[in-house]
Amino acid sequence: MSIVISNLCFSYGERLVLDNINVTAEKGKLLSVVGPNGVGKSTMFYCILGILNNYKGMIEIEGRDIRGLDIREMAKLIAYVPQNHYPSFNFSVFDMVLMGTSIQVSSVSIPGKAQMNLVYSALERLGISHLKNRSYTRISGGERQLVLIARALVQQTKVLILDEPTANLDFGNQVRVLTQIKSLAKEGYTIIQSTHNPDQTFMFSDHILAMLNGKVLADGVPSDVLTEELINRLYVVDVNVQSLFRDRVRVCVPKSVINDKR
Amino acid sequence: MDEEKRKIPYPAIVMGLGIILILTIIVSFFLGRFPISPGELFQILFSQIFPIEQTWTVQMEKILFNVRLPRILLACLIGCSLAAAGAAYQGIFQNPMAAPDILGATSGAAFGAALAILNDGNNLAITLSAFAFSLLTVTVVYLISKKAKGKKVLGLVLCGIMVSSLFTAGTSYLKLVADPNDQLQAITYWLMGSLSGATQKTVLMAFIPMAIGLIPLFLLRWRINVLTLGDEEARTMGINPARLRFIIIMCASLVTAASVSVSGMIGWVRLVIPHLARMLVGNNYKHLMPATMLFGAVFMLLVDNISRNLLQTEIPIGILTAFIGAPFFVYLITRKEEAF
Repeated sequence: MSIVISNLCFSYGERLVLDNINVTAEKGKLLSVVGPNGVGKSTMFYCILGILNNYKGMIEIEGRDIRGLDIREMAKLIAYVPQNHYPSFNFSVFDMVLMGTSIQVSSVSIPGKAQMNLVYSALERLGISHLKNRSYTRISGGERQLVLIARALVQQTKVLILDEPTANLDFGNQVRVLTQIKSLAKEGYTIIQSTHNPDQTFMFSDHILAMLNGKVLADGVPSDVLTEELINRLYVVDVNVQSLFRDRVRVCVPKSVINDKR
Repeated sequence: MDEEKRKIPYPAIVMGLGIILILTIIVSFFLGRFPISPGELFQILFSQIFPIEQTWTVQMEKILFNVRLPRILLACLIGCSLAAAGAAYQGIFQNPMAAPDILGATSGAAFGAALAILNDGNNLAITLSAFAFSLLTVTVVYLISKKAKGKKVLGLVLCGIMVSSLFTAGTSYLKLVADPNDQLQAITYWLMGSLSGATQKTVLMAFIPMAIGLIPLFLLRWRINVLTLGDEEARTMGINPARLRFIIIMCASLVTAASVSVSGMIGWVRLVIPHLARMLVGNNYKHLMPATMLFGAVFMLLVDNISRNLLQTEIPIGILTAFIGAPFFVYLITRKEEAF
């Protein structure tokens, strides 16, 4: 039971963004949060990360109530992987990943051998050692995403939060990034990610949380809860969910496409 | 600058800059209207430690220790401070174009200096007033920005622009009411920037606040990297962005105030030098900060040598740095390669 969220409510002024969210993210599982844009996924992540703290309800990470934990303590519990982005200043991949070791060094010193070794092993773990001297803005979006994941790994937390890790990636990179995320989950990391792609959820997720208008619509194993009806309610698209390879994989096809091909 | 293209290793660059700085300092001792030969220079310098028979004139020794030495030291200190402050500001505002002027440090100093000149203050009064107003302006900006809603960095910058323009208007008003025969000239000349007022006392006066500001900037330099990624990311990596930014703003403003209060307005150094250093060593502040500090000192000393030796009368250093800075700025914004 790595992250337990109970009765989480959050509002921006009058507007209720999160309405009584209850969910448990288990160790070694990949939890995908799905739902249309503006549904409160990022707000929920910011609450879990301690960036927003005027929420109601309770968030426990590894058994600790995170309310009132300071920034350093939070960073020891949970690491965040933002969407791949262009920073204002360009850094080498190595320097970028090294920043994840901030909590391990005192404010007035600089990371040393131990931190550098962490960087090397994280890069190797994700198969991107060859990029270490490359410039962060000169590598592909998928590679950038892996670099940000490596940065989260050197933070040495057991819980990771990823904000749409496959956004703006081409198909190959989507698969590579998700494969790595999945294998991290298998190693024992607790991972929560947000995603927009139902097919990806069928293929990679152990657990989904479907949100609409700040409320939980469904919570469970993808093959149980991610139904045609749910996808229709979430995204207002009529779809047909098909099972492939003796139900080892499911795909979701818009009905309009099927009708067009008739 | 692209990380991959850099060939010269960092230690070599820093050592190179250090050697260039030492050579520039030595050469600067000989430059000036009063000729001093290398032999005489070293004799005079060694005579401070070893008893050597005096073969030089007292005037020579006075020029060396009371005029040239303070001026050289002051140029190095100011160049180092302004460049370091510029690099720090660029990092914490996540903006390659940010400079200490953003929070009103220089417009406040200008107002303080003009006010002191208007009240017939001596050099010490002008320096102290410029220093006090510079810090006052930044403090006011910071306090107002705390009340600003929305994005913190944007709030700070907008408050800085507003308060800055207020003080600039104040300076204009002071110029309007100043006595055009002497005060107005003095204000105008002060605003152009010059190191001609350098004495042993001004060096010491500037050195203390500069050291207080530069040491934390140097020690915290690696953390600035994390702040360049934005507040949310820095937070999730265990860094308190508001606190770190506050410390860095205070240190950078302190050294800026100390610099402008003794030298007047010297623009561009804080924008140009960090970018030249970025091209040499990259954006990692672990390397960037030392390189920027050395580069700033070399640059300012070179420009000051031109300023005091090129023409019969001294050219205000603020004018010279702008002559070098403006074309560089144009180059920065027009170059094809992605600059930042």
